[in-house]
Amino acid sequence: MKKNLVPLIVLAVLAVFPLVVEDNYYRHLMIMFLMWVVIGSAWNLIAGYTGQVSFGDAAFFGSGAYAAGLLSHHLQLSAWWGLAIGGFVAVAVGMPFGWICFRMRGAYFALATLALNEVLRHSAAIAEGFTGGMVGILIMPTFVSKIPYYYVALALAVASMLSIQWIVHSKPGYYFVSIREDQDAAESLGIDTHFYKMLSLAVAAFWTGVAGSLYMNYMGFIDPDVVFSLHDISIMAILVGIVGGVGTVYGPAVGAFIMVTVQEFFRSGFFGLFDFLGRATGSAAVESMAKTITGAHVLGFGILVVVVILVLPNGIVGDWPKIRNVFARNKIAA
Amino acid sequence: MDVFLQTLVAGVLKGGLYALIGIGMTLIMGVMGIINLAHGQLMMVAMYITYILHVAGVDPYISLFVAMPALFLLGCVIQRYLLNPLLKVETILPENQVLMTVGIGMVLTEVVRFIFKSDYKSVSTDYSNATFFLGNISFSVALTISFLIAIAFTVAMFFFLIKTDIGRSIRATAQDKDAAVLMGVNTGRITIVTFGLGSALVAAAGSLLAPVFYVFPDIGGPFTARAFIITILGGLGSTVGAIFGGVTLGLAESFGATYISMDYENIIGMTIFVLVLLFLPGGFKRLTKV
Repeated sequence: MKKNLVPLIVLAVLAVFPLVVEDNYYRHLMIMFLMWVVIGSAWNLIAGYTGQVSFGDAAFFGSGAYAAGLLSHHLQLSAWWGLAIGGFVAVAVGMPFGWICFRMRGAYFALATLALNEVLRHSAAIAEGFTGGMVGILIMPTFVSKIPYYYVALALAVASMLSIQWIVHSKPGYYFVSIREDQDAAESLGIDTHFYKMLSLAVAAFWTGVAGSLYMNYMGFIDPDVVFSLHDISIMAILVGIVGGVGTVYGPAVGAFIMVTVQEFFRSGFFGLFDFLGRATGSAAVESMAKTITGAHVLGFGILVVVVILVLPNGIVGDWPKIRNVFARNKIAA
Repeated sequence: MDVFLQTLVAGVLKGGLYALIGIGMTLIMGVMGIINLAHGQLMMVAMYITYILHVAGVDPYISLFVAMPALFLLGCVIQRYLLNPLLKVETILPENQVLMTVGIGMVLTEVVRFIFKSDYKSVSTDYSNATFFLGNISFSVALTISFLIAIAFTVAMFFFLIKTDIGRSIRATAQDKDAAVLMGVNTGRITIVTFGLGSALVAAAGSLLAPVFYVFPDIGGPFTARAFIITILGGLGSTVGAIFGGVTLGLAESFGATYISMDYENIIGMTIFVLVLLFLPGGFKRLTKV
């Protein structure tokens, strides 16, 4: 019971969050956070549990987003249909690649997802008649307030986490881990490794696609460079998984929270701290520094990747004992 | 017919450079078993070194001798301090090293962007746009020189791997790390040297490409993608395969651009990649056995 207490408290806090916090900026950040929980959990299922690292989550994300966008663009259906269909479109896009690549060992799957992402990005840019090309797709948002989006995102985050938790604690989940640990041993026990890798990919692609549809609905605008972005989507998905903890149920949620915060932290120049200092002191040097720091937010991101992998290769949840030890030792020293 | 021959020539010339990029990657991939997703970014760094020297008045072909040692050192440092430590820690994902190279690539790109901004720079020399003709077929002077130098490097690399002690150690490490350790090979040092060599080779490609391409921070990404297509095409860890892979990709891109559409240039590589995975999973290595 105690084990379930923390998630329940977190869930309760999340449920009342938009009612308490009126500021739309923080609501927006929380929606982004919840979206990344969905994507991170999905990535974690295929990479963390099954051991097949995907470098092209943007391919699934973008497929979902474009499914929703094109439905409303061509068929005048509400983009919300994308939530139902986007996930399946992403699965349909990912399956052939999984089918080809899972029969080979090693890095082929990682490379293929990377390639898939590039193909889709260029295709979306070239097929102007169908996708609007580089101009992108613009839809009218359904709601003015952010609260409905927040609760949809929260529902998706909870649903994705529950479904993935259910899967990893049922028979396929144990098969996934056995494939990750030793594919030969798994095969010798009669596990159809190809089938279970495909299953894992299908679930991961589905949730990533759904997250993409949510993004389309919420943002109201997509273009190929945004939703098929290697850095902003694929790498971010990996980071969310790695920072939080690979192969743990709650890792991606922790990772999503940290990554969204960090991303915003860099993008807004330490939450406007430098802008504030610049205005307060009126010094041009600080102001230009503020500009430089916001300009270098991707650099900060890259350094973070390097440092996290060096120091916490299993993520915050995975390396929690290690982190606790460091703090415990400091306390004794003090 | 002229159009066909012209396309063929352009493809082969481009393919020679691609081969040089691919050899660096296939070397690293074969020995360490990791995909270096910072490969194109290393090339980008070399292009900027060439650019700085160009501004200072040094010819790109001479700056080769600065860019290659510089990138060799950079590669050694990356392998020694960022990639090798990852081997010692127990992690769930073996791909941590690959993720690390992604991070390194991002840092390299952004540091360069930080210093030089995102502007397009050009290293224009008097031979950048020069051409000579054989019959009706035009040859770009810069690309032809690059092609010859690339071939020279490739051949040198091949003999280095076959004939020298270090080359033998590298091949031994690639084949079986544990056995190599038992035979007295310092595999830790070999991985460092290998990454350095791979970086130096791609640096050469960068310097050679600088006169014909624009230089900008984001140029690394597409070349990383090309490098891994070449590596998959040729077969992981095969130098000869990388040459075939490079030329194939160069030809496919040229023919695609001429006969299909310029728009599809980037998709062609990916399509080949998928086709190779489907029909020739081992790459050309499967056919040549080298």
